[in-house]
Amino acid sequence: MTSTGYNIVVCGGLAPDPLQSLEPAMGPSGPALKNEMMLPVVLDPWASHALYEAAHLAGRIPGSKVWLVSLGHRGKLQQMMMTVAQKVPFELVAIEGAAGGFTDPAETAAALAEAIRSIPGLDPARLLVWGGWESATRGAGVTMALVGERLGIQDQFQGVDEFKVQPDGSFRILERVEGGQHQVSICTGPPVLAGWATGSLPEPRNNPQIGMQNMRSVMPALQKARTAKVGAEGVRFDRITLPQQQRATRVVKDLSPDQIADEIIGWIRQP
Amino acid sequence: MDTILLLLHTGPDGGLTRAARETVAAGQQILRDMPGASLVAGVVGGQVQPAIEQLASSGASRLLAVEGPAFGPARHATDAAAAAALIRSAQATLVLAAGTSRWSRALPAAAHRCQGCIDTHATGWAMVDGSLAITRWYYRQRMEAQLRRTPRPWLILFDPGIFPPWDGAPGPAQAQRVEVDADPNLQRTRVEGVQAPAAQAQTIRPDADLLLVAGAGWTKKQADGRAHVQEAEALLLDFLAKSRASLGSSKSLVDLSGEGEAVLSFLTHLNQVGQTGSTPRHPKGLATCCHGEEPHAVGWRFIHERRAINLDPGCGWARGKADVLYVADAFAVLAAVNARLAQAAPPAPGTPG
Ligand SMILES: Cc1cc2nc3c(=O)[nH]c(=O)nc-3n(C[C@H](O)[C@H](O)[C@H](O)COP(=O)(O)OP(=O)(O)OC[C@H]3O[C@@H](n4cnc5c(N)ncnc54)[C@H](O)[C@@H]3O)c2cc1C
Repeated sequence: MTSTGYNIVVCGGLAPDPLQSLEPAMGPSGPALKNEMMLPVVLDPWASHALYEAAHLAGRIPGSKVWLVSLGHRGKLQQMMMTVAQKVPFELVAIEGAAGGFTDPAETAAALAEAIRSIPGLDPARLLVWGGWESATRGAGVTMALVGERLGIQDQFQGVDEFKVQPDGSFRILERVEGGQHQVSICTGPPVLAGWATGSLPEPRNNPQIGMQNMRSVMPALQKARTAKVGAEGVRFDRITLPQQQRATRVVKDLSPDQIADEIIGWIRQP
Repeated sequence: MDTILLLLHTGPDGGLTRAARETVAAGQQILRDMPGASLVAGVVGGQVQPAIEQLASSGASRLLAVEGPAFGPARHATDAAAAAALIRSAQATLVLAAGTSRWSRALPAAAHRCQGCIDTHATGWAMVDGSLAITRWYYRQRMEAQLRRTPRPWLILFDPGIFPPWDGAPGPAQAQRVEVDADPNLQRTRVEGVQAPAAQAQTIRPDADLLLVAGAGWTKKQADGRAHVQEAEALLLDFLAKSRASLGSSKSLVDLSGEGEAVLSFLTHLNQVGQTGSTPRHPKGLATCCHGEEPHAVGWRFIHERRAINLDPGCGWARGKADVLYVADAFAVLAAVNARLAQAAPPAPGTPG
């Protein structure tokens, strides 16, 4: 190897700000969200964890670099960058295309893999492809796996909470499995694909200097974003409904702790 | 004619897991509504004979298996290869599997290799105009869609707990082996095992009847102007030991630990329920010291009966998110609940006292 360090490519899409209320709407090209273009967006939350973890690893291993590959409408990507660009250093690779929950992960993955392949100088022997294990839109957990598959990456991990480089260059990876436990695996080295859960890092504080440095590459990346056709070929949505949200809440204000405890015990014991 | 493949991985003992038995039940139900279709079972594992014998009365017309030491551990490379081989060998048009961590990791690649398509987190199914449709949720449990797909094979991963596990009688049976070359390239990853998070108690119990959610209020200043974190820890652990409930948390509470504040030592991000946490399934849920904001409450989609204890009568739970809101001090209520649980039953063996 002539150079050291990792090439860490983080895939991260857009998600509506979780505090917004959402409503489905049937459009001419299939389902969408009502007023989708007006909704404020954030970087998909689990993908943001992947990005913070990537920056953290890159900061510790000299020669490493982080790219953020993101698919969405240009204006929305730009809006998302306003918050994300101040967090950690990265180079943006933007793809113009549809990015809602009702597109198919296979089509999204094809566009992402294509964009990753076209990053100049990417070295497969140093490549880590990271992202969120599930999106906040489709929540399928399929996109990253298919990006890895298209790039020929056999070693894939999902629900990752820890990724440690060991002294011999191998990786020790913790993945979420059933029952609140972690599966522990050792992988000999890159290329590796990891879909992150929360990891262990807090959200970095905004740093205007990092923001300025990132913005130098962000604006050109947005301008030259290639357009990808992303839809849901072969899928037919029969209906999309909002669940019955409202329960008739009984608000109990004047019972003593003992009386409440009696009620709760009675309730817990009901079959 | 459709061929429905039940894609199953074994448990550590080589037998069918509960999730696998749920998949068998799914296949049997769907088969009944698809005249002319046939059922095939494909099993992956280190050793599969116990599972194969359990499948003797499942109604599967063929039993296929990929077996060997390389296929024991849950590893993407070998699992994806095994699953793709079984799908091809069965010439499956529909592939049903459980949304376990193992299959969720491996089956997207298998779908791709078979030029098929995949849906995960399916929560139901129906026949519409003679074709299979599934339901699943979008935007973190905020809306539910029913959809169909035309490409085949179509892989469908059902969430756990949707079907009652099948429990048919075992009998003598043999599987047809499907050979998969587990070359060294597929074994660059070595699975070391499973570990519980570095916390003092195993607090996540997916099979529990009750989910107890702890919110950030447990660590906040109380009426006397002080926080009572140790007392909160003791109350919650005591309740969990006596009730065998599963413990969930709000994001604010688990995040506090990342910021170095005094927190409940047994909580990790794995306990977090909600938008960026889990969406557990339990018949009942009790929220304590948690505000019930939308990003938290979306994680309660599959909790049927919901109650909350909060000092604030205007908290989110009051606004149609819970069936009952007790406006009260959770410290006092939980202490009283624990006292009653202590009277009712001696502590279970092995539970911390
Ligand atoms: C991108 C994003 C993703 C998110 N994902 C999640 C998620 O997955 N899960 C999640 O939970 N949140 C999530 N949130 C955060 C969410 O919006 C709330 O901030 C969080 O749920 C609040 O946690 P809390 O209710 O425990 O804390 P607080 O809002 O601080 O509420 C504490 C509550 O405790 C009550 N209290 C205090 N003392 C007592 C007492 N003695 N007895 C009874 N009640 C008492 C108070 O009245 C108050 O209601 C997300 C937010 C964003 C922006």
